[in-house]
Amino acid sequence: MIIKQLSIFLEDKTGRLTELTRILSENDINMTAFSVADAPDYGIMRLVVNKPELALKVLKDKGFAVNTTDVIALVVPNKPGGLHKALEILSTNNVAIDYMYAFGLEDSASVIIRPSAISQAIEVLQQHKMELISANQIYKI
Amino acid sequence: MIWNEYIECADRQKLKEIQNRRFVKMIERMYYNVPFYRKKLQEIGLEPGDIKSIDQLKDLPFTTKQDLRDNYPFGLFTVPQSEIVRIHASSGTTGKPTVVGYTRNDIQMWSEVVARSLTMAAVTKNDIIQVAYGYGLFTGGMGLHYGAEKIGASVIPISGGNTKKQLQLMVDFGSTVIACTPSYAAFLGESIEKEGILKSDIKLKAGIFGAEPWTEEMRVQVEKLLGLKAFDIYGLSEVIGPGVSMECEHQCGSHIFEDHFIPEIIDPNTLEVLPYGELGELVFTTVTKEAMPLLRYRTRDLTRLHVERCACGRTMVRMEKCLGRSDDMLIIRGVNVFPSQVESVLLEMSETTPHYQLIVSRENNLDNLEIRVEVDDQFWSDEIKVLEGLKKKISHNISSMLGLSATIKLVEPNTIERSEGKAKRVIDNRNMK
Repeated sequence: MIIKQLSIFLEDKTGRLTELTRILSENDINMTAFSVADAPDYGIMRLVVNKPELALKVLKDKGFAVNTTDVIALVVPNKPGGLHKALEILSTNNVAIDYMYAFGLEDSASVIIRPSAISQAIEVLQQHKMELISANQIYKI
Repeated sequence: MIWNEYIECADRQKLKEIQNRRFVKMIERMYYNVPFYRKKLQEIGLEPGDIKSIDQLKDLPFTTKQDLRDNYPFGLFTVPQSEIVRIHASSGTTGKPTVVGYTRNDIQMWSEVVARSLTMAAVTKNDIIQVAYGYGLFTGGMGLHYGAEKIGASVIPISGGNTKKQLQLMVDFGSTVIACTPSYAAFLGESIEKEGILKSDIKLKAGIFGAEPWTEEMRVQVEKLLGLKAFDIYGLSEVIGPGVSMECEHQCGSHIFEDHFIPEIIDPNTLEVLPYGELGELVFTTVTKEAMPLLRYRTRDLTRLHVERCACGRTMVRMEKCLGRSDDMLIIRGVNVFPSQVESVLLEMSETTPHYQLIVSRENNLDNLEIRVEVDDQFWSDEIKVLEGLKKKISHNISSMLGLSATIKLVEPNTIERSEGKAKRVIDNRNMK
């Protein structure tokens, strides 16, 4: 259930993101979900792709500061309270969230979560029958 | 191992006799052959016959880099051009290059001091030495080359740059010694893994590093990256090139080859000579050089001298690692800052690499120091709070080291210009005057 997310350090310079998307495009890598967190003078792009190993290699070769982070992907019903239920489970079990971001998956809404304790997060979410997306599923998206 | 035990371990009284004899002859040659020196000595009412001992050095005039520029290109040569067999020149970033000429004997003397230096690092004729200093006008490449040949080591004159080839030959030829700048050594070390080379394929045992100031922390890092023992070699082209002084295996300062180069430490403001052990500007008088001898040449390098006999048995004075050139010294909001201090801070922290650049600007009449530090796979986290915490920590450590606050900017790897020669550590955008 653990998904390899790419994390990329981006200097605050025009064209840096474009360079990144160009490299991914040239290598036929599809993005499934991403978010960009911006600090005053740099940004961090967090990215889930269909070929994480290849993406890591080509970005490294091109000089990007990139590494992988373990995250989980959770499907939430696209209705009021859908996300709330999942988050409540995590907080009741003392699992903090370092960051999260949403992406669309067919009819449902999904979120990528970076929990403070990943195996515990998976365990408690599964106990409560929450739908997690497996790595194989997400890399095929 | 000692190359020339007779002189390197000589009794200091005997050494002084040799120095005096050579010094008197040098003053004569300067006086009669170079109008510049004759005029300077006449101004203080001295003639060659008045000078008998190096104890009189303190009363003699200094020579500066500006004097070398004013006499560009050959004005300070004491021999006719027909006696000159080689000409080197330093890069002229601020005006004309500094030109240095060598006679055949000068080249032999230079080879001798470099041979002594390499022997301190236990280099013998059984070694394969990769000389990755630039060959050309810069003295690094050819200086090391001739000294290594004198010892009888196998020299690979690869010159600087072309990292891929450096590593390939290092493995294929089994180089046991590398000579280059410390920052290029670090770069080579970091490139090993990228080139898919196993550390066990590298046979290096010693590194001869110089031509730029570097710190003890950098030594630890380079030794780890390349699996060798790192030695500091010191020199400047005006005096001869690399081989003015060198660290022995005890690494308690670099032994200055005083039978050729007489050091003094002066207070750069009052120009008074300071006693052994005190920090000041290093000044050299060359007593054997034929083509271009120098009288009390101000190096701008700040260091201390120690005269106590070294555990290696050598009696020649030791100079501490240079804190920096007074030329490199920045004055920011009235505080003296050396790039090497910033390097120390970054290397002491386990999360940072020594790739940095200082950018100084002035806004509203106030100096601003920005330090750019490259993020690195080792410490880079995808959480902003961790990165911001790191910035705070660097900033805090810098401020306790320098007593000066600095803006820390994290930048992408390999975006700070890498030195295949000397690293560009400082950009000063203050528009003075």
